[in-house]
Order: sequence, then C-alpha cells, then structure tokens
Amino acid sequence: MDTAIATTLLEVRNIRQSYHKEANADLVVLDGVDLILREREMVALLGRSGSGKSTLLRIVSGLLPPTHGEVLWRGQALLGPADGVAMVFQSFALFPWLTVQENVELGLEARGVPRDERERRAESAIDLIGLGGFESAYPKELSGGMRQRVGLARALVVHPDLLLMDEPFSALDVLTAETLRTDLIDLWSEGRLPAKSVLMVTHSIEEAVLMCDRILVFSSNPGRIASELRVTFPHPRNRLDPAFRQMVDDIYALMTRRPPPPRTPAGLAPPDLATPLPRIGTNQMAGLMEALAGEPYKGRADLPALANALQYEVDDLLPLGETLQLLHFAVLAEGDILLDEDGRHFVAADTDGRKRIFCEALRKYVPLANMIRQVLEQRWNHRASAERFRDELEDHMSPEYADDTLRAMIGWGRYAELFSYDEEAGQFSLEPEE
Amino acid sequence: MPATIEPSLATARRTPNLWDLAAMLCVFGTLAAVAHVAQGTMVPISAPGATEISLDPRNLPDYAVRTTLRMFAALAASLLFTFVYGTAAAKSRRAGLVLVPLLDILQSVPILGFLSFTVVFFMRLFPGQVFGLELAAIFAIFTSQAWNMAFSLHQSLLTVPADLTEASRAFQLTAWQRFWRLEVPFAVPGLVWNTMISMSGGWFFVVASEAVSVGNNTWTLPGIGSYVSVALQQRDIAAVGWAILAMLIVILLYDQLLFRPLVAWSAKFRVETTAGATAEDPWMLRLLRRTHWIAVLADRAGDVIALLGMLRLSFRRQPRATAARPPSRLLDVLWLAALFLVLLWAAGRLSAFIAGELSWSDLGQTLLFGGYTLVRVLVLVALATAVWVPIGVWIGLRPVWARRAQPVAQFLAAFPANLLFPPFVLFIVHFRLDPDLWLAPLMILGTQWYILFNVVAAAASFPGDLREAASNFRIRGLLWWRKVIIPGILGSYVTGALAAAGGAWNASIVAEAASWGNTTLYAHGLGAYIAKATLHGDMPRVVLGVAVMALYVVTLNRVLWRPLYAYTQRRLTLS
Repeated sequence: MDTAIATTLLEVRNIRQSYHKEANADLVVLDGVDLILREREMVALLGRSGSGKSTLLRIVSGLLPPTHGEVLWRGQALLGPADGVAMVFQSFALFPWLTVQENVELGLEARGVPRDERERRAESAIDLIGLGGFESAYPKELSGGMRQRVGLARALVVHPDLLLMDEPFSALDVLTAETLRTDLIDLWSEGRLPAKSVLMVTHSIEEAVLMCDRILVFSSNPGRIASELRVTFPHPRNRLDPAFRQMVDDIYALMTRRPPPPRTPAGLAPPDLATPLPRIGTNQMAGLMEALAGEPYKGRADLPALANALQYEVDDLLPLGETLQLLHFAVLAEGDILLDEDGRHFVAADTDGRKRIFCEALRKYVPLANMIRQVLEQRWNHRASAERFRDELEDHMSPEYADDTLRAMIGWGRYAELFSYDEEAGQFSLEPEE
Repeated sequence: MPATIEPSLATARRTPNLWDLAAMLCVFGTLAAVAHVAQGTMVPISAPGATEISLDPRNLPDYAVRTTLRMFAALAASLLFTFVYGTAAAKSRRAGLVLVPLLDILQSVPILGFLSFTVVFFMRLFPGQVFGLELAAIFAIFTSQAWNMAFSLHQSLLTVPADLTEASRAFQLTAWQRFWRLEVPFAVPGLVWNTMISMSGGWFFVVASEAVSVGNNTWTLPGIGSYVSVALQQRDIAAVGWAILAMLIVILLYDQLLFRPLVAWSAKFRVETTAGATAEDPWMLRLLRRTHWIAVLADRAGDVIALLGMLRLSFRRQPRATAARPPSRLLDVLWLAALFLVLLWAAGRLSAFIAGELSWSDLGQTLLFGGYTLVRVLVLVALATAVWVPIGVWIGLRPVWARRAQPVAQFLAAFPANLLFPPFVLFIVHFRLDPDLWLAPLMILGTQWYILFNVVAAAASFPGDLREAASNFRIRGLLWWRKVIIPGILGSYVTGALAAAGGAWNASIVAEAASWGNTTLYAHGLGAYIAKATLHGDMPRVVLGVAVMALYVVTLNRVLWRPLYAYTQRRLTLS
C-alpha cells in the first residue's frame, strides 16, 4: 500500500472513554480503540448513533481528553486543540453576529494572523468553497447548504493538516447534501483541498463508500472499531456501479450481523433489563411491517433497497428493524429483514387486535414492560413513580439511554394499553377499569 | 473579489454630510450638558443655588438634564456591576453558590426603604459636598437597575449554545477571546432588553431619591424629582403639571435617541435559524448609518474594541482540555463551612442591632402590616389582570393596533408614577375618602403596564394556525378564553404579573404614605410603616420593615409565581 509510507499524522492508542457514575460501575462509551491516520487519506467513522464515534472525533480534536489511553499528534501527546486540526460541525456552529467573512477569519484571528493576510486567505477559502459574493452576508440569511459551506471555509482557511467533520451533511436535505459532497470530493481528488487528511463521522453507509478511502465500522455499547474496510474505487465514484452497490450491501450485512441477536426460545433465558430501547414510535413499526408485508417485498426485503425506497438512513432503519426483532415481529439476517409470524398477524389485525398482539409481545419479550406491570399490580393504589424505574435502569445504562428507554416504554405501554402514565406527576398507573 | 476593493472606493465619500452635522449636534450637546452638570456636583452644599429648587418652569430643562445624567451614571455603574457579578456567578461554581441566591434576595429588597441609610453613608464620605448627595441618589438608582441586568447576563452565559462553545475552543480562542467574541455577543439582546426595563424602573427611584429627609434633615438635589417634591410642599399643581410634561419629553427623547437604535442593533446578535421579519430601522439608527464621519469614528472604535477582545490573554499558554473530573469535595465542605460562619455572624449582628430596641411584638406588628400590604398587592394584581388581559388580548390579536400600543404601554411603564400621586392625594383629601382603600391604586399605577405589554406581546405571537383551528371548530366565548387564548398567553402573563407585583411592593413605601402640603395620608401597611420609620430616623424599624417585606416578596415568588411559571413552561409549550 502506498499510504504505508506516508507520514503518520495521528495515532490513537487503546482509548477508553468512560463517564463516572455515582456509586455504580463507570459507563464505558469507547473501549480499546486504536486508530492511525496518515497524510493524504480520507477516513470515515461509520456507526449508529450512540456508538461513540462523535466522542472519538472530539477526543481526536483535543476537545475532550480520554479517560485512558493516549492520542499522539505528529508524535507528540495531544493536550488540547492542536494547531493543525480544524473541525466542521453538524450544526454548522456559525456565529450569528459575524458575517461570512468574519466567521471564516475567526480561526486566523484567534492565532493573531495580521489583518491583510487574514483577508487574503479568507477570500481564497471563500472562493474555493463557492461562497464568492456572500462575504458580507450573515449566517441567518443563508440556506443550510450555504451555511455548511461557511463551516467548511472556516475550517479550511487555517490550512489544517487534519480536517475533522462531524456528520457534516446530515442536517441538510438530500439534494443539497449531494452537491456539497460532490464539490468536496472534486476538490479532494484534484488535490485542491487545503487539508492533508480528512476524518469524518457519518451514519450513512453510502456517504462513507462514496467519499472515503478507508471506513472504520463502529459497534455500539461500548463503542469499538468492529472492522476496517478499504475503498479502492477511483473518484468520481458511481453509486449505481454494481461493485459500489455490493460494497454497500456488504457493510449493511456487517452492521446487522454484529450484536448477535438474542434469539433464545421465549421463556427460557432470564429477561434482561439492561437492553436499552430506542425511541421508536409504534406507528413507525406498524408502517414498516405493513410495507414489508405488501408488494413487492412479500415478507422479505433487502435492507439497502428498503432504505432507499423508504428514504431512510441506516441510522433510522437499523434500530427500527432491531426493535421489530426484539418484539419477535421480524428477523434481521445478512442485510435482509424478514417478517415473522407475529408480524404477519399484527399486519392482518384491526386496531384492537394490533394492540392486543403488541401487548402480548411486550409482556413476553420486554422485561421492563413486565416489571412495570407487576409493580403496578402489587401496589395497593396501582401507582408507581417513574423515578423508581429510571433508577433501576440507570444501574445498567447511561442516564441518556435510561431516559430514552423509559420514554420508549411509556409510548409503547400507552399504545398497548398496558398502563397509563401521567407526565405531570411522573407516575405510572393501571387503567381505572382494570 | 469585491469586498477588498470596497474600502478604497469608499474613502472618496468619507466627507462630512448633513447627517454628520445633525449627529454631531447631538453628541456635542450631550457633552456640554455633562460638563455643566459636573460643575454643579463639585460644589459644597452650602454654596448658593447648589440645593435650592426654584419652581420656575424655565429651570426644568436644566433639572431634566441633571436627572437624566444621574440615570445614566447609575446605568454605567449597573453595567460594570453586571459584568463583574454576572460573570463571576456564571464562571465559578462556588461563587455562584452564594451569588445567585444573594442576587435573588437583593432583587426583592425594597430599596426605597434603604434610601435614608445610604444618604447618611455617602454624606459621611463627602461631608458637606453635593457630590455625596449625588452619589447617594445614583446609588439608589443603581440598586433599582443592577439586579435584573446581572441576572440576564448570568442566564445568557449559562445558555451559550454548546456547539458555538465547541467551535470557539476548536479554533483555539482563549478564555478572554471567547468571552468577548462569543459569550458577550450572545448576551447582548437579553442585556439590552433588561437595560431598557431597568431604565423604566429607574425613573421611579430617581424621582424618589432626589429629595430625601432623614429625621430633621431634608436634602434636595436639583432635578425633576425634587422639583415635584417642592411643588407638593408648596401646593403648586401647575408646577406638578410642568414636571410631568418635562418627564414625558425626557422619556420620549431617550427612548427615540438611544433605546430604539440599541434594540434594533441588538437584533443581529440573536441566535435564530431563520431570517425573521425585520422591522424597519428606527430613524436614529438610520441617521447614524447615513453619517460619514460618525460612521468612520464608530468603525474605528469598533476596531479598537474588537482588538481588545481578540488579545490573546490567557492564563495558560495552551487552552487545555481539562478532564471533567468530579470537583473536590473537601474544598466544597470548607467553602460551605466558611459560608455558614459568615451567615451565623451576620445573623448575630442583625439580631443584636434589632433586639436592642425592638421586641417580638414589633415583629408581629410588621408581619400583620405586611399581611395588609400583601392583600392590597394581590387584589390590585387581580384587578389589573381583569382589566388589562382582555384589552391586551384584543389589541394583540390585531397587528395594526399591537404595533401602535406596544410602545405606548412600554412608555407608560417607564413613566414614574409617583409624579401622578398628587392629583390622587388631592382627590382623597377633598372627598375625605378612606386612605386604606383609596391610596392602594397608587401602588399599581406604574406597574400595571407590565401586564398589558406582556399580554399584548403574547397575544400578537399566538400561533395563527391555532386561531384558525379555534374558529374552524366554532370555539367561542368562555370556552375560547379557557381553552385557547389563556393557555397561550399564560407564560407571558406570569412574567408581567411578577414584575407588576414586585413593583407594587416597592411602590407601597411611597404610595401608602402620600402627602400634599402639610397633609400626609397614611394607610395601614408595611410600606407606611417603613416610610414612617424613615421619617423618624428609626433605623432598627426600617431594617425590620425592609427585611419583613423582602421575606414577603421572596415567599410570594416561591409559592406563587415560580410554580406558576414552571407549570406554563412544562405544560403550555409545545416543544
């Protein structure tokens, strides 16, 4: 490989990131992560939300010190934001009271670059990124795509050795994002991008395959680098190229194969409270099951094709599929999703029937649902505070996950009419007539 | 690259124009006035004309200028205080532990009660000098302005968007640079708004603080406030009328010349994702933007300020990312222990001071009087609500009217209501009415407008689709009020009612004891209690009265307004 002889820019050794939690074991977000970045390469960190990939990006940028392990920047330990590293933010992070020009100049100004040079360099960055004519505009006058161009120009103006991008296109609509990607790739492949290397976080498989030379696939809980793939297609890449499609399919398979689904026969394995539940709406589940049951899938679909047809990112589709799997409505296997027997019954049933089937699934396969119900039945007044369950969940997962899990549970339980919930009082209760 | 050529082209046009002339007239006029007043403050009190008030209306412009400058001196002090106190409270967790609750209490202390204290204190600092009196007056105004401004800055510093903070760290801005480039700009809109509210509140105090009597001594400073108080003594109703007119003009001027442009300018610091409908620039801002010389001057000044803000001042050479390690428990314990000792000492001193002359029955009496005043405040807020909420909703739902009414309501809130007391007192004396009942409306006279303009603003921003849905389902009458509009404006209303109630407590000190010539009317209440104690120079009773009033205000905030506000935030916002 020719990159092997290129200079190493950044080395991450055995990073472990954990958050201290009172009285309990630390919550591990990243564990045993190694990473080497060389000059002239564009690398993607691909993973689902919550897999710790953004945390890794912040560690690399020097914004967040790792709990364990070390980060070497050009052979030296990284102690804070380094000179050669610039960042592009998902939310753009533009200063609303500064014009485009002033926003772009900010990083130079912080370093004490004299005004003339500042203006010259800002001009050229602005022109390079296609913002010419917008110098005196304020961010709020710009569209999302133009704003992210400002974010890019602001990062590129310092001529960084390493350009970090945190899901730079995920806040943009499909067409705008595609234009920006293409522009960036053109600059990169023509060697006009004033950055030696790029490290970007993304949850879009296609984006990673379209842009990057190397893809690091993250697994969640705790975040680790599960596999590393090289993309050798020459630029410009064609999304419709069979080899390209095959690679996207393979990565889908890779991402659905990992955490081996707990397909133990119902009732045998002890239920586990530690499974975090994603905040997926019951309408989304029903919608996906209906789509699966109908034409042209007839119960089985290829995930990338399904994602395309439904306009879903992998980040949205995978948790949805996994939730259906958790409830035994569907099975994920090798990049495909299959509707189960229960799922077919659900689709065929009317509103009340669906609620009944959903309720049964909850009680069978979601230990938290069972636990809440049992506690409510045991209490003399059939009431219980949400805090009680939140505390219990927080013994197993981070407060954010616990909150998501509880919210998901509340939504599902309300739909299934398993219990009712009073937001104001933070209390679960049984339906009065039961 | 058009932007680089533009400055050199523009220099050709950088000659003064008519607009410059107009703007310069304003600037030099202000400077001359400042110089004139400064002369007046440096003379001994015994100097001829230093503290005498003439009721000739021709003197009023002069008095108005001095009163206004006092306001701005206090405003400058408030800004300084805000930046030190607000920043310290937000940046240091341990300091915040003390400073934030302290600010909350300070906000609730009726400052008028302390006027006599501070006058004595400043007179001792500069014995026999007008300057001491000036400082006392400025301090009184300062205490009415500073707290909410400090709170606003503190709030803003705590809510700076996380992504902007990260960006400024990633681009290696030092803490100093970050403060001036990110945190202060972010705080500007809130700060400007609160400065405006503070100015409105300040007029009330400037009028009250220019003529102060403690025991047998009465001090007057040339100004509108003392003009009115002399007019009251001499029963000159025409002079009172002139003073009201002068006040109207002053408020109109500073609102047009200063705050309209400031508010319009501060809009650019608002963090919002869409370009909202921008109102037309106020005329003063347009004038300033059309000037050439002034614009150049402002540019240069802006450059200097920006340069200061961008100095790479930093205590560390590299802005290091520090691990979020748990704060030291030991230091916390030591800090809390030290605070506790200070509290014990303060409580000891306070009780020694009060207990020397007062007994428990005094406490009981003040609590009872406080109860009377509480009833007045609650009844008045309820009455003002019944009157102004329907009117405010009516106005707010009609955009044309809302645009006209908004500045008028703000203007009325700024007008010092104590100038309007004399006609009321005359009325009560003439018809021999019961002061307990008829003095009460004076308390809410100046602060009811907060309810009005908050309700107007809320109704004006009530979502159009909800209104359409309501009329589509033919929701009318009481149901419309209960289910549609009241939940929609409640949050804003609570903010207004809180301000109105707080102002009413403060106003009770002057409203429950109002005078006309030799007649002074007293109502039964804590305000009258404090006013009487002040008149007799009875410090322990002043302290007791003020403390009890602060207690009432804080309790009312905690028991009524805060929970109500929290409720509206939880339940009545869709987010």
